[in-house]
Amino acid sequence: MTLARAFVLAAALFLLSPAEVRCEGISINGFVQGNYSLGTAGSNPDGGDFKWAEERVQLKFEASKEPLRLFIKTDAFHDWIDEDFETELREGFVEYVAGKWDVRAGRQIITWGLGDLIFINDIFPKDYEAFFSGRPIEYFKKGIDGVKLGLYPTFASFELVAVPFFEPNNFPKPERFHMFDPMPQITNREKSEPATSLENTEIAVRAYRDIAGYDASIYFYRGFFRQPSAIPDDLLAPSRLSLVFPELNVYGASLQGRAIGGVISLEGGYYDFREDREGDDPFTPNSQTRFLVGYQRQMRQDFTVGLQYYGEYMHDYSEYSDNLLPEFPKERRLRDLVTVRLTQLLRHQTLRLSFFSFYSLSDGDYMLNPEVKYNFTDNVWAAVGGNIFGGNGRATQFGQLDENDNVYVQVRYEF
Amino acid sequence: MRKFLLFLALILLPLEAYALSGEEVMKKSQAAFFYPGKDFKARIIMELVSKGGQERIREMTMLRMNLGEPGGNQKYFIYFFQPADVKDMTFMVYKYKGRDSDRWLFVPAINMVRRIAAQDKRSSFVGSDFSYEDVSGRNLEDDTYALVKEEKVGGRDCYVVKSTPKSGDVEYSYKLSWVDKGNYLPLKEEYYDKKGELYKVFTADEVRDVEGFPTVTKRTMKNVQSGHRTEVAYIKSDYNIGIEDSLFSERFMKQPTKRWIE
Repeated sequence: MTLARAFVLAAALFLLSPAEVRCEGISINGFVQGNYSLGTAGSNPDGGDFKWAEERVQLKFEASKEPLRLFIKTDAFHDWIDEDFETELREGFVEYVAGKWDVRAGRQIITWGLGDLIFINDIFPKDYEAFFSGRPIEYFKKGIDGVKLGLYPTFASFELVAVPFFEPNNFPKPERFHMFDPMPQITNREKSEPATSLENTEIAVRAYRDIAGYDASIYFYRGFFRQPSAIPDDLLAPSRLSLVFPELNVYGASLQGRAIGGVISLEGGYYDFREDREGDDPFTPNSQTRFLVGYQRQMRQDFTVGLQYYGEYMHDYSEYSDNLLPEFPKERRLRDLVTVRLTQLLRHQTLRLSFFSFYSLSDGDYMLNPEVKYNFTDNVWAAVGGNIFGGNGRATQFGQLDENDNVYVQVRYEF
Repeated sequence: MRKFLLFLALILLPLEAYALSGEEVMKKSQAAFFYPGKDFKARIIMELVSKGGQERIREMTMLRMNLGEPGGNQKYFIYFFQPADVKDMTFMVYKYKGRDSDRWLFVPAINMVRRIAAQDKRSSFVGSDFSYEDVSGRNLEDDTYALVKEEKVGGRDCYVVKSTPKSGDVEYSYKLSWVDKGNYLPLKEEYYDKKGELYKVFTADEVRDVEGFPTVTKRTMKNVQSGHRTEVAYIKSDYNIGIEDSLFSERFMKQPTKRWIE
């Protein structure tokens, strides 16, 4: 409620000021947006037709007096599906910038790694509901509430992140999305997020520098997997499921640079699930090696192609197989997929035609996302696109979303 | 001996008039247009005007640093103020002599710096009629040159040089440049397409002395075939401000210091 009040105040402040305020290092910008996504493969599980339907206002407030900077990005929206009005603090932090170091404290969005919609060393929270519902891509990322310290000695740069407040990934709601559920009869479910404590504080470190013209990074993460595991209270007669977030360490590296007429990206990470190092616990994921090879090339003026190959290799596979419960579909040792991105800009880069697809070689499922975006003026743009899911399996990542195809529209006025 | 001295005098005297080849003119022009100073900063307003008169504005600050002699490697940094959907976006280029540039883009909405593929130097810069090469210069080795004639442009004596790309992967067949004999700035350039028809015209609309360096502070690139044009104004320019190499970094792309970009 206090946030809502702050928002109304900020909105009033904005309306009373000229379109662009830039006095003494203060600026206010933002947008008004409509975003609607209609299911095209049948109704939602709760009978509704829309995956998303909202109007949204965002205000970005920035005040700086070097070496200090305050940044607040806050949204207010009206959701037609749940019929409510809410506010959301997207980012809000203070930053101190010194010559060789800086620190940023508060809610902030951090993006690491090289993947295009594939994340290995970007262990920060994601919003898959936003991604599958046709929301603007920035809503795929969620902020963390923590502190980031940057250190910039001459030999390399470092980012050290501490996150005391755990934030899980957001997945589509079962009321709006048809999804695979291995134990649909058990409706008593309890999510238990890691408590806020010194011991549970997540730590993420990135060190990066240039090596012979390539951008090289190494990463470390100690925290929790943001996708919960479901643990039944009783194996023989389960009546309740606890959704817990497994302890996770990630060790990774990436390299990106110019090669064979384009940009090559290489990234890898070892996912060490600390509670199941033997691989025999059926309720905790086994440790994995995740890897990515990407290639991006400009084929001609304003036409770019991006290709990626991504794999997840499960360690201790025989232990996994031996202990798997019959309700759960068996995963493969190697799950791999390819992505294709085509982008064509037209009319002085005001019209963008794009196509993105995931296709899993191991699971035979896919997601296709064609989109047309046009900037009517410098302030108004609209995008129309579709999300199409399919595949053979009912339990695979995209195959289970088969009945959730949707077309979406995004219209935004920016100021 | 006297004959020799006479001969010497003959070849030395008309130095100004005859000694420059087309290539030498373009080399001096490149140094004057793309390389003056050790570094350079400009606040730039770009107006993209369609045939129907619709205007779009791109406002940015550009920083440039030379890493060696004119014609050599450079680093560029661009911060966008306008339009609203690209505000706070930054763009960085490491330009190398004789090979493809490295380019990076910072997307503020997701706080990510990523490399972008940059093979086509003739690609439009931010949708304007200027290509990346028109902004940061073209390698001299990529063209052959011929000094065609001398002619006045706006009362200034100019060399007229024809530059023909050596390889066919460029969208024009040749370019004519009117290069000011006094300061070697290009005052006008005409691009001819593969059919030999005029299609793009560059004009230097205002030349000013900025801290001792003649600088094109207003320029236009017009596509005469489509009717679309881009007008560029440098509303503030400075040379030799002591830009440090560390500014051309991921850190600075994500959080550019106000005093360097405003």
